[in-house]
Order: sequence, then C-alpha cells, then structure tokens
Amino acid sequence: MTQNIIEIDDDSFEDKVLKSNKPVMVDFWAPWCGPCKAIAPTVDALEKEYGDKMTFVKVNVDENPIAPSKFGVQAIPTLIFFKNGEIADQITGMVAKEKLEETIQGIV
Amino acid sequence: MAKTDYDLVIIGAGPAGLTAGIYAARARMNVLLLEKAVPGGQILVTDWIENYPGFPEGISGFDLAEKMKTQAEELGLRIETLEVHSLNLSEELKEIVLKDKSITTKSLIIASGASPRTLGIGEDKFIGKGVSFCATCDAPFFKEKTLVAIGGGDTAVQEAIYLTKFAQKVYLVHRRDELRAAKILQERAFANDKIELVWDSIPTGIEGFFGVESVKIKNVKTNEEKTLKADGCFIWVGILPNTSFLNDAVETDEFGFIRSGANMQTSVPGVYAVGDVRNTPLRQIVTAVGDAAIAAVSAEHFIENA
Repeated sequence: MTQNIIEIDDDSFEDKVLKSNKPVMVDFWAPWCGPCKAIAPTVDALEKEYGDKMTFVKVNVDENPIAPSKFGVQAIPTLIFFKNGEIADQITGMVAKEKLEETIQGIV
Repeated sequence: MAKTDYDLVIIGAGPAGLTAGIYAARARMNVLLLEKAVPGGQILVTDWIENYPGFPEGISGFDLAEKMKTQAEELGLRIETLEVHSLNLSEELKEIVLKDKSITTKSLIIASGASPRTLGIGEDKFIGKGVSFCATCDAPFFKEKTLVAIGGGDTAVQEAIYLTKFAQKVYLVHRRDELRAAKILQERAFANDKIELVWDSIPTGIEGFFGVESVKIKNVKTNEEKTLKADGCFIWVGILPNTSFLNDAVETDEFGFIRSGANMQTSVPGVYAVGDVRNTPLRQIVTAVGDAAIAAVSAEHFIENA
C-alpha cells in the first residue's frame, strides 16, 4: 500500500488541491478496489521521482463523497491532475507507468 | 549461443507470467519479468475467483494476484515496470526494445494477456463516467441505481451478479437467446430478482450529458429498437490480445492471438506464448499457469540444447 502519499479529505480538498501552488495529482481510491491497491506502489514511485515538482495526495472515496462527486468520479482508480485549481488531465484505470510519467511531464 | 543479458525474459505479470517466473527462478535461470503497469493482470479486476483449486471458499482476484507475486519474488524473480515497444527475434538472439534501451535474451515468454474488447458505439467518452469494464472497481458508485451489463459469457454473468450487491436493477443484455456462461453462474443469474435478461439484443448507442443516462439496444431478430434508462453500463464482450509491440515478429491467428504449439513454442524457436495472448480453446487462470509451466521448462531445454 501507498506509504508516502498524504491522505486528504473533503474538508481539506480545497486548501490542499485547488489552492496549491504546485500541480497536484489526486489518487481517488477505496479499500475495496483491488486495482487501486495494485497501482499504489506505482504512485509511490512517481512521488519519489516527481515529488519536488508535483504534490501527490489520495482521497478515499468511501469516506469522502463530496470531492469525487464534484469532479464526476464514477470509476476508480482515477487519477486527476490539477494545476492552478483546474483539471489538467485525468486518467482512469490501470495504465502503464510510462503513460503516467508522460502525463506528469506534460503538466509540471 | 550468443552472449545475452538474460537467459529468459518474460513479458507480462499476470498469472501466466508470474508462474513462468516461479518456474524459471526455481531453475536458477537468469530471468527478468517485464510488466508495463502492475503485476496481476486481468485477475486484478475480478471480484471473486472460485474455479482455481486450493481456495474452497474462493479468493478475490487481488489477493490471488498478490499471493502469486509474493511467491515469485520470494523465489528471487526480478520484476521491472517497463513497457515493451518492439521485438527483434531470431533463433539465436532475441532483442527486446524498451523506451530508453534494448535488452537481449536467449529465450522469451510472451504472457502479455488480453484487454476487454470495446463495442465501438461511442462508449469511449463515457469511460470513468458510467461506462466500466470493472465491477469490483466501480459497482459501489451505483448504489440503488439501474445498470446495463452487456455480454453472456462467464465474466459478464459473474460480474452482473456482483453488480446486484449495489444496484437496484441490472439489465443483462445478450446478443443470443442463451448464455455461454458456466451453468452454475446461469443458475445464480436466473435466480437473482434484480437481474433482467434482455435476449437477442445488441447495444447501439450510449446517451447522456455528463454521464450515462441511457443505453440504446436493438433486438437482432425483430430489429426493434429500445432505450434502457440506466446510470451506468458495464461491458464484458470478450477480449483482444495485447500484442501492439509484436509487429508480426511471431505468427498470429486471424484474431491476433499468438499461435503456439503443445510446448508453447511460437513460430520462432525459443519464443513461447502463454495464457490469454495465446490461441487457446480456454482462457482461465488454471490454463494460463499450466501453459506457463510448460513454457518455462521448454525455454530451459531450448537453452541447454542450443
């Protein structure tokens, strides 16, 4: 499971994500979602590599229904990339690490 | 034989690739497993597995994948998260082209698996917004909602049943007038009050503003068209082989699955294909791991005799 990624909630979403000066990747996940757990090490590795340029956070959609519904998340894992408070990109499902890296490089 | 980086490279870390890795690691081969995303393959999106022996109560796909991965790694298998871009294959030397480098190997096992087939009815723009291929990931977003599930095989019927744990109603739309799924799954589906079978019908379109609002279907016998109001649409209409990196490096059948024989060898000596990517009459975890054991031993023999 993800170790170094900060868990945020509906209350802190605006501060931590929308008002962030750095781009933010939000990993929407839930404990019942196998693929979410499976991609966690990949997200961890990306944080290690790009953590200085992008903030990585995760949101448990079970405990925090507001943020996912606000951004139309109806499938997980969904990774939404925010820049200056707006969605810069969005990836749903398990994708190749290279694809995630390309997406991050395009944003930072 | 030429000097190479590895004795064996395995492409794909689903049940087939991990099993090949277990056998190769135990044979003390110099082996590397390449996985482009995460180890586990399609079983990661399978909510429950009850036809893999040894788990009398069944096991979740994620847990089984974790166990297989742990077993392989504890035996010393090296797994790297790298995507294969292309292959240059000959009997003597196999070159695997990655993003930033190439690696060479004496033998190669292709276990790249398959991905869900799409319908091509404009569902792409609704993926993540009501269209899904993974019940265990997305079903909980549809509590007390109405869903359409498409397909009639094992996956479609098993996962449609899973959807009813959350949804208040599931239309199971199938193009024929009987299901292909295992009888035990059919019995459960027929006994489930929340599932309504829609026979002889194919989906023709998905409509909605932000997300899915309805699915259009057509009866193939009467040509009658109908709109099912639904909040989501789950699609399980078969699979396509993951072979984008292949470029005819080995022979495939008319559907793109790799031809491999009794010892799993493809048209190129020392190159093997196993699991869902292979042209096989049955695509199950048990057949994939069986293929993989044979291929790993075949690869070992190939290197010894070269």
